Amino acid sequence: MTDVVTWIADPLEYAFIQRALIVALACGIACAVLSCWLTLLGWSLMGDAVSHAVLPGVVLSYVAGLPFAIGAFLFGSAAVAMIGGLNRTSRVKEDAAIGIVFTGLFAVGLVLVSVIPSEIDLFHILFGNVLGVSDGDIAQAVGLGIVVIAVLLLRRRDLVLYAFDPTHAHAIGISPRRLEALLLGALALTVIVALQAVGIVLVVAMLITPGATAYLLTDRFDRMLAIAVGGSVLACVAGVYASYYADASTGGAIVCVLTLQFLAAYALGPRSPLRRRLGERAEAAAATA
Amino acid sequence: MTTTPALRIHDVHVRYGRAPALEGVELEIAPGRVHGLIGMNGSGKSTLFKAVMGLVRPQRGAVELFGAPPEAARRAGRVAYAPQSEDVDWQFPVSVRDVVAMGRYGRLGVQRRLRDEDRAAVAAALERVELTDLADRQIGALSGGQRKRAFVARGLAQGAELLLLDEPFAGVDKRSEATITALLRELAAEGRTILVSTHDLVAVPALCDEVALLNRRVVIQGPPTHALRPGPLAEAFGGFVPAEALIPIESGAAA
Repeated sequence: MTDVVTWIADPLEYAFIQRALIVALACGIACAVLSCWLTLLGWSLMGDAVSHAVLPGVVLSYVAGLPFAIGAFLFGSAAVAMIGGLNRTSRVKEDAAIGIVFTGLFAVGLVLVSVIPSEIDLFHILFGNVLGVSDGDIAQAVGLGIVVIAVLLLRRRDLVLYAFDPTHAHAIGISPRRLEALLLGALALTVIVALQAVGIVLVVAMLITPGATAYLLTDRFDRMLAIAVGGSVLACVAGVYASYYADASTGGAIVCVLTLQFLAAYALGPRSPLRRRLGERAEAAAATA
Repeated sequence: MTTTPALRIHDVHVRYGRAPALEGVELEIAPGRVHGLIGMNGSGKSTLFKAVMGLVRPQRGAVELFGAPPEAARRAGRVAYAPQSEDVDWQFPVSVRDVVAMGRYGRLGVQRRLRDEDRAAVAAALERVELTDLADRQIGALSGGQRKRAFVARGLAQGAELLLLDEPFAGVDKRSEATITALLRELAAEGRTILVSTHDLVAVPALCDEVALLNRRVVIQGPPTHALRPGPLAEAFGGFVPAEALIPIESGAAA
């Protein structure tokens, strides 16, 4: 018993592990809450796009000596605006618009990183560096995380209405465009929080997998939120411990656990194809008996 | 008639790019009646609904709801909309009661927290459409006809005076169709105005007090026996008169 306690308590004596846990949890909870809407709206690609598009913003913030959240938010929002604009004003379909804008901005970011002499470690931006976060980073991640979570939870009924039936929202005088903008703004802020924990490449997993897993397990939105957050918290904690004990990449470990949760929900959940087949077999057996 | 029409559409033109969808639609809809909007696919039924809902802005013309600009009527919750089946995500994780409760959101605070009176209105609306026993099911776990009734209940919970229903009989069996028809007739008898878009002509005489045939403009408006005649039908359906359309007319003539 004491072994288990020390196993759990040991890592927590290190300040860098405490910081990593705090940032990972802020990211994990904000992403999980948002993921429920992204899953239902089919906005997964949008999450991927915003996370990649912020790269030039991060670099330029560094050059200007600003907190990287500012540049990241500007470029994340610009990407969303450009995708929407391309979609409305040309015959290019949305998936192509998303692909063009985010890879374009990401490429600009890569060029900037390579040309501008700086201490920016591309590897950390791409894959996260949760074990190396500073106190300033923590304040930023936790502050933004709390704002996002509070706004999404306070407005959750309107956002569910928007995702389910935007026409009805419009019919009763609630602006679907404003709710869409609210979600996209929350997405840009969440990406910033998540950058530090898992990096650009894996943000999209944090933004989709918890919601998708929960969606397989329940038919009620509030339960979906709770399951997504619970799963994500578990994955974040597991990821940080894995990097302490096994020296594994924190972001990688977190996403591995999230993916395992999804596979388990898929295989064992109420709608699993496995279960359906077993049910059919049982029915057939009952019919022949 | 001196009463203000529930809906008045004057000279409405809508085009998507170069393709015209509506060309000078004129329509007046009296309150307390069931109106059918009939036309083939591409006749502009959906566009006309969108114009009434304010989802498309006409290049020309005006829409008035209850003698006022449509925005005011929408904000006051006087208009409700029941979407076409194919426009709804039936896997969405909401219960029937959740959906009906969305009718109340326009009256609630920022968090849309239901008060006792709202819960009572939702319960009354569910009772009215006979879905009380199924209220806690996921919305997709209802039959075609029950799904339609759930959206009518949302409009009732909202307290809407004008209900727009897009293809309410699509994917609905005959018995449910009769239930929905009876429900809509009752609601009209209470003074609500119902506007139904449909291409199912067989259902029209039992349901509608008045119909308008649409083919980018209103071909004819009047009682079903008057409007559903071969001439106007041929004009509305581009020369092709659906065979089943003539059945009610013939039986009407024989009677």
